[in-house]
Amino acid sequence: MSYLAKPKFRHKGLEQNALGFTHRDYEGAISTLCAGCGHDSISAALIQACFELDIEPHRVAKLSGIGCSSKTPDYLLGQSHGFNSVHGRMPSVLTGANLANRELIYLGISGDGDSASIGIGQFVHAVRRGVNMMYVCENNGVYGLTKGQFSATADTGSKSKAGGINADSPIDLVSLALIAGATFVARSFSGDKTQLVPLLKAGIAHKGAAVIDVVSPCIAFNNHAGSTKSFDFVRAHNEAVNRLDFLEGREAIKLDQAPGTVEDVVQHDGSVIRLHKIRDDYDPRDRVKAMDYLQQRHAAGEMVTGLLYLDPEPRDLHAGLNTVKAPLNRLDERALCPGAAALTALNDEYRAG
Amino acid sequence: MSPTESATPDYWHKVVDCQWACPAHTPVPEYIRLIAAGRYADAYMVNWHSNVFPGVLGRTCDRPCEPACRRGRVEEQPVAICRLKRVAADNKGEIAERLPKAGAKNGKRVALVGAGPASLTVARDLLPLGYHVTIFDGDPKAGGFMRTQIPKFRLPEAVLDEEVGFITRLEPELKLGRRIDSLKALLAEDFDAVFVGSGAPRGRGLDVPGREEAAANIHIGIDWLASVSFGHTTSIGKRVLVLGGGNTAMDCCRTARRLGGEDVRVVVRSGFEEMKASPWEKEDAAHEGIPIHNFLVPKAVTHEGGRLTGMVFEKVRAEYTNGKRALVPAGEPDVHMACDDILVAIGQENAFPWIEGDCGVEFDRWAMPKVDETTFQSTNPKVFFGGDAAFGPKNIIWAVAHGHGAAVSIDRFLSGADIAERPPVAMAMTSQKMGIHEWSYDNDINAALRHKVPHLENAIALKDIRAEVELGYDAKLGYAEARRCLNCDVQTVFAPKLCIECDACVDICPMDCITFTADGPEQDLRTRLTAPAVNLEQDLYVSPALKTGRIMAKDEDVCLHCGLCAERCPTGAWDMQKTLIEIPQAGASCQNR
Repeated sequence: MSYLAKPKFRHKGLEQNALGFTHRDYEGAISTLCAGCGHDSISAALIQACFELDIEPHRVAKLSGIGCSSKTPDYLLGQSHGFNSVHGRMPSVLTGANLANRELIYLGISGDGDSASIGIGQFVHAVRRGVNMMYVCENNGVYGLTKGQFSATADTGSKSKAGGINADSPIDLVSLALIAGATFVARSFSGDKTQLVPLLKAGIAHKGAAVIDVVSPCIAFNNHAGSTKSFDFVRAHNEAVNRLDFLEGREAIKLDQAPGTVEDVVQHDGSVIRLHKIRDDYDPRDRVKAMDYLQQRHAAGEMVTGLLYLDPEPRDLHAGLNTVKAPLNRLDERALCPGAAALTALNDEYRAG
Repeated sequence: MSPTESATPDYWHKVVDCQWACPAHTPVPEYIRLIAAGRYADAYMVNWHSNVFPGVLGRTCDRPCEPACRRGRVEEQPVAICRLKRVAADNKGEIAERLPKAGAKNGKRVALVGAGPASLTVARDLLPLGYHVTIFDGDPKAGGFMRTQIPKFRLPEAVLDEEVGFITRLEPELKLGRRIDSLKALLAEDFDAVFVGSGAPRGRGLDVPGREEAAANIHIGIDWLASVSFGHTTSIGKRVLVLGGGNTAMDCCRTARRLGGEDVRVVVRSGFEEMKASPWEKEDAAHEGIPIHNFLVPKAVTHEGGRLTGMVFEKVRAEYTNGKRALVPAGEPDVHMACDDILVAIGQENAFPWIEGDCGVEFDRWAMPKVDETTFQSTNPKVFFGGDAAFGPKNIIWAVAHGHGAAVSIDRFLSGADIAERPPVAMAMTSQKMGIHEWSYDNDINAALRHKVPHLENAIALKDIRAEVELGYDAKLGYAEARRCLNCDVQTVFAPKLCIECDACVDICPMDCITFTADGPEQDLRTRLTAPAVNLEQDLYVSPALKTGRIMAKDEDVCLHCGLCAERCPTGAWDMQKTLIEIPQAGASCQNR
């Protein structure tokens, strides 16, 4: 970690977004993670994504649990809402916040320990309910804060820094998300921002449960030979099925590309996800085939990245519950307390049967 | 593009913009750190070694370093480098012990013509080596134009005396009050080499009708300043016109204010912005209630009964064709300004009436001696030139730089070495890492804006021509200003073999200087960086291909040298290393061995 605050000076030629902000206006406090931590790259990618999407920072709520990953919301979007919850309980807190104010953008930021061990039940339930959020799992395969024990996502046979071999089966959060019914599922790598930033933008814009598993090497405890979450291993085994551009609005859709390699997926809100297909036969709209493909490649020892599954017509928790359109904090006393007559009418409904 | 040849001193030297811009290449950040540490004597000696007159320059330098200062590109204003130099000089205490001693005589004799900054620098560099140095000057005291033309309210005599004294204590043979009027005669004396540092002593005159008739009240600026300096002139009329827009004009008008001038005006041909005077000198003149009238071309002197009554000016405006400026009549009525005295400060010229045509020194068609720009040697191998005498009017710091260069040449010439072959620039690079996140320099970037130098109140300053107007920074302000320095000499050094391309440096860099990207020609690369690299004068620091095939490209332009890239680097691929650039001076290190 560094002890100094990042200097306020900035490059005078920095690009500004529609709000007049530069990417530096989306920064948070200086990171206290180890030097070179993949999580810091993910924070930088989130900053870039929010900058490019012209998001007003005060419209964002960042929620996390416990762990190295869960510290990171402090290092981005310093002007946003934040909630650092109990270990593994971020999905519940996020669900509650979302129910209370459906208009904010929800970033759930978690790690492999927080999501695949103590919080695994919370994770799958938030996903299956279709909470409108982007759930980012910063996945390094180890417990970094407690000096590098294997986490639940560590691959069988991978080697710890101390030399131990992992005998347990790994939990694949991507597969879990697909089974649980996430409507946007992706995997990426902290060391590849050109892939990661557009995925984050698309995930933020997705109006349903978006899950992004980001492999993020732990420099201190999991970046050695024998690790399957190291820079070298991931770079050698990264099989991207597609690259994407996220486009807001319908206008700039047509692009001259060889047929078959580019496909535009129009989302419910009119935004467009432009897929540059790397594997022509991979269709991210076919959930069953996606699961099948993931298992096959995993068995071959490869790591599939890119946009793995997308339902352009997602459903959302609020639709299922038929809640009011306005955030609860904006309902006035009349709406919240409709009076004795309304209560009587309601009670009468139950008595009528 | 091809990877940076980062091992060459010039690459790193260029990153230290101030030092690169300084003609004498003073290691600026090095002495600023010493000032911040309260080590004024050490800071002074770093200066003295490079620029010989820190106390003088700390008050009068033209400051080529400041427009170059990286801080000026990062925020609004550069570090007040010049005035920090003065802080070192004012607080240095006793340093005599640390000065070199005259060397045992080597039997070689060198004559220096003129006792100004160029000659004195040659003397300082050669005397410790054992040369017998004889200095000739027409004035009764050494110092040249530093003494005669810079007013005492800008440069107190004691400051100049002390720094001239640091050289005269090395016991050159001083022949003051003796103006050299024949180079031929001088060459006939028993000297092995002659250095001409006689300055640009002739003030340009004004040729307009009425000039002869009113001559008694029309003065050449530099001659008048010299006369004031030596106490021959002690008063001037109440209404004074100063013609010219350079620093001499600023000195003239401010001096006139102190000798009884009440209505003192500066009149310039050009526009206010294009004036040659340094912006701070114009500010100081304005602060003393001196207006500057621009776009006025002198047309005629008005007089009555042999007495000056004023001057008529034609109004002009600037017209630009193909970027070249021409002053054309504005078509407005002429302006008459009444006055009692006129000071003419419209330029200086070189004059060598004392160099005979047959002594081997050739002149070009502008009547300037043909002088090699590196060796300072004239067409007579024994005769060297430096300062204003060599290439026309410049500033003290240039004269010093010429003096160092000429001393190297003279030393090599008299040792039988090839003077065209210059001794190499030396460079030391030292890692500043002390702990995981500890550096031996202050990397906590200070956000303060430039601190103003306190001035004496006008009411007091204008009454006494010897009262120094600028009070200088005190220790506290000096410390605050020193902390603004970005330590550009503490360099970001990249070791490509150690890099794992984790992006930590890219993410932390506050100025978006660092990019990992596909290689390409420089022109194309500059457009593909995290932040555009539009300042073409600043280099890109480029690595060879890394593991993923990409390269690291760093734009040096606005790097804060905060070291955060190195702090966040998990493998030590970035290190902060201090470069100390040593420009060779005359002496053992400059001989070929």
